[in-house]
Amino acid sequence: MPLQSNVPPGELGEKWTKYRSSMPLVAPNNKRRLEVIIVGTGLAGGAAAATLGELGYKVKVFTFHDSPRRAHSIAAQGGINAAKNYQNDGDSIYRLFYDTIKGGDYRSREANVHRLAEVSVNIIDQAVAQGVPFAREYGGLLANRSFGGVQVSRTFYARGQTGQQLLLGAYQSLSRQVSLGNVTMYNRHEMVDVVKVDGKARGIIARNLLTGELERHAAHAVVLGTGGYGNVFYLSTNAMNSNASAAWRAVKKGAYMANPCFTQIHPTCIPVSGEYQSKLTLMSESLRNDGRVWVPKKTEDAIAIREGKKTGLDVAESDRDYYLERRYPAFGNLVPRDVASRAAKTACDEGLGVSPTGLAVYLDFAEAIQRYGQSQATTLNEHKASAARIKELGTAVVAEKYGNLFEMYEKITGENPYVMPMKIYPAVHYTMGGLWVDYNLQTNVPGLFATGEANFSDHGANRLGASALMQGLADGYFVLPYTIGTFLADEIRTPMIDPNGKEFMDAEKAVADRVTKIMAIQGNQSVESFHRRLGLTVWEYCGMSRSAEGLNKGRKIIRELREEFYRDVFVPGSADEYNPELEKALRVADFMELGELMMVDALDRDESCGGHFREEYQTEDGEALRRDDEYTYVSAWEWDDNEPILHKEELVFENVELKTRSYK
Amino acid sequence: MSADNMKLTLKIWRQKNADAKGRFDTHTVDGVTSHMSFLEMLDILNEKIIHEKKEPVAFEHDCREGICGTCSLVINGYPHGPQQGTTTCQLHMRHFNDGDTITIEPWRSSAFPIVKDLVVNRDAFDRIIQAGGYISVNTGQAQDGNSVPIEKDLANEAMDAATCIGCGACVAACPNASAMLFTSAKVSHLAHMPQGEVEAAQRALRMVEQHDAEGFGRCSNITACEAECPKGISVEHIARLNREYLTAAVGSTK
Repeated sequence: MPLQSNVPPGELGEKWTKYRSSMPLVAPNNKRRLEVIIVGTGLAGGAAAATLGELGYKVKVFTFHDSPRRAHSIAAQGGINAAKNYQNDGDSIYRLFYDTIKGGDYRSREANVHRLAEVSVNIIDQAVAQGVPFAREYGGLLANRSFGGVQVSRTFYARGQTGQQLLLGAYQSLSRQVSLGNVTMYNRHEMVDVVKVDGKARGIIARNLLTGELERHAAHAVVLGTGGYGNVFYLSTNAMNSNASAAWRAVKKGAYMANPCFTQIHPTCIPVSGEYQSKLTLMSESLRNDGRVWVPKKTEDAIAIREGKKTGLDVAESDRDYYLERRYPAFGNLVPRDVASRAAKTACDEGLGVSPTGLAVYLDFAEAIQRYGQSQATTLNEHKASAARIKELGTAVVAEKYGNLFEMYEKITGENPYVMPMKIYPAVHYTMGGLWVDYNLQTNVPGLFATGEANFSDHGANRLGASALMQGLADGYFVLPYTIGTFLADEIRTPMIDPNGKEFMDAEKAVADRVTKIMAIQGNQSVESFHRRLGLTVWEYCGMSRSAEGLNKGRKIIRELREEFYRDVFVPGSADEYNPELEKALRVADFMELGELMMVDALDRDESCGGHFREEYQTEDGEALRRDDEYTYVSAWEWDDNEPILHKEELVFENVELKTRSYK
Repeated sequence: MSADNMKLTLKIWRQKNADAKGRFDTHTVDGVTSHMSFLEMLDILNEKIIHEKKEPVAFEHDCREGICGTCSLVINGYPHGPQQGTTTCQLHMRHFNDGDTITIEPWRSSAFPIVKDLVVNRDAFDRIIQAGGYISVNTGQAQDGNSVPIEKDLANEAMDAATCIGCGACVAACPNASAMLFTSAKVSHLAHMPQGEVEAAQRALRMVEQHDAEGFGRCSNITACEAECPKGISVEHIARLNREYLTAAVGSTK
């Protein structure tokens, strides 16, 4: 059956409003009888759980964390977009929609993106009402800043901890529903399978991580808000425990995985310092508002810096190449992430990198400190301020804006970024791909929904900064709570689902067998070592730059690694206790299959777009070459261990003209 | 500055599960460099233990960038280690020297029962928030975000309190194992904002009641919590909580 996006008819700007007013509703008395399972308590899962609880559904929420507040949404730093136009700079819902479609390199669904832009304004209102302490101006109103790929200021923020504050807002709303008895919380429970009954998702198998016990949980519908799969690369800015297993288990039960090769490499992360490295740390994109990216013009300067004979401060202004400002004058340092990342790679490939590994560029705040210092001196009527005083004043302004990020940088690197320019390099950050969903956020498995980063729908081939928080909360607060009604309205006559039914017993048995199999290998290599090798392979062949030859090779390597894993992995301890190594082993096993699918997807897509850069398809000056005639579709993959099967959803653009993306 | 091939002796608390008796085990680890984080040093130790087919040291961690609040550890007697304003995951080995002996223990409080080795159960914190650490507003009820201006300094103070990561270091630092800093941070965050004022009295009462019910101790103004808090949450928030609590207790009609 061809994939149905189920986008409602009508004018783009009216689709959502009209649809929302005409979709089937579930009466309050029926809501009380309908059970919904939500997996994941980040912005998308937590917000959905709170809202469905408020609406009166019986909700069960699962997280593998010890508390819902630990979900990785908490680590988002920079901000959240909303088309409020509070700055009077020409922003509008249409402009946010257009920027997002263009930023995604025309590989997302128009109607979904427009809906996202529409509800963005409600999110800010909701968060303020919850007590989220957004940054404010002296007049007491909300402050904004700019993010990459955009020429307006529409990003709301709470210092460099916006994700934390928004997540705590959702967590508090969720906690309220728990205290009211509308939501039952299962922490330290990891979903290890989806259970289907008569083709519909009717529950999950969860593993109690404290006891190892497998539990059967039934419901009328299942929602996965389980985040992205960036940790397939091992090194990423994702939290160590972030994983793809919930989504991958759904795929194994027939859900389609869409655009898995669309992964985002974030341009501003702290560079890798050694082989022991366990994860990478992001330096928020908001820093590019004020930081200038550069490398030395001369290779000999770069070599001297790498050998520790010089520092960035020793390179004269005229010997610096502010390459983003040079190559992209219109957007300068605020080009979108994919563009900035590739440009950094190009500079380092040319031998101009500035860390001992040769894989780093500078992000320099000297000019911003100077500029803010001047302005502050003028404000304070200090018209004859000394250079030192101006530096002091400017440093204070920069500290207020980015203080916690600078502190974090100094803790990790031991260098003071107020004095020495920061060193940064791209790192895996976000995955645009995810479970295929229709306009209702329903996967191709009826009753199984996916929200936030776990689905594929809104960011196309590249996500713009400050849009992940927006999408997670849009799905959780304002989209899924409505659209899930389209499925549940037909379920009001369905009695409570029996968790002791055959399908549940079979699923539980299958999971138990899987656990036994992995525990029984008792080989010689740690789970971590396999994960590192997998990550290196995916980074090498399916990272910032891909080629058909490399992808074929990468796929083969992963296959071999997978066989080796099932032959030689060692998981200590037992299955019936708290055992983090076993948790990791199950996740890494799933990452292996997903990594292979990424290679398959990247190989199929004979074009460059967004985060997917195929060496064979580039313009003369090295920019991405999109091929709209052949590849304006969503790749939705049905898993098959021999050869995954491609289902295409053609993307129809009725409102936006497909153009070559230019930030010059 | 430390050497780049440090050898360390680690005295680590090992405990099979909540009911088992725990003990300190001595482990050695070498090849540690100053750029490593403390948790990466433990990763190396665990890799070595796994290689020997033994059970690795269980410790909790997730984001490794100081924001999720999952990591813990009392290192040489200090929650989150000797460096101030830093979570364990952000502590780097450049603060240690070759040949050091480092003692590593879990948070110790009866309200945080041990799960295994260095892992404790902090569910009590969730229950304190469930008791009232929120503003009662349903999705969709909000007015325009700019309809209520909030003084910049007030918003900043609210943010200072809201920055709490819920790690539990305050409890581990306190001789009374009090969680007043955690509880007050949420009370103070919400009481600072007009949206949160409506329920301020009830919130303070309920959250303190739950705090006590969980078995956390009373606050006796020792302020070790502030000193050890990785996010620098001030004890002034406890004062604020006390004000809210007293007003509520005296004026309450409920």
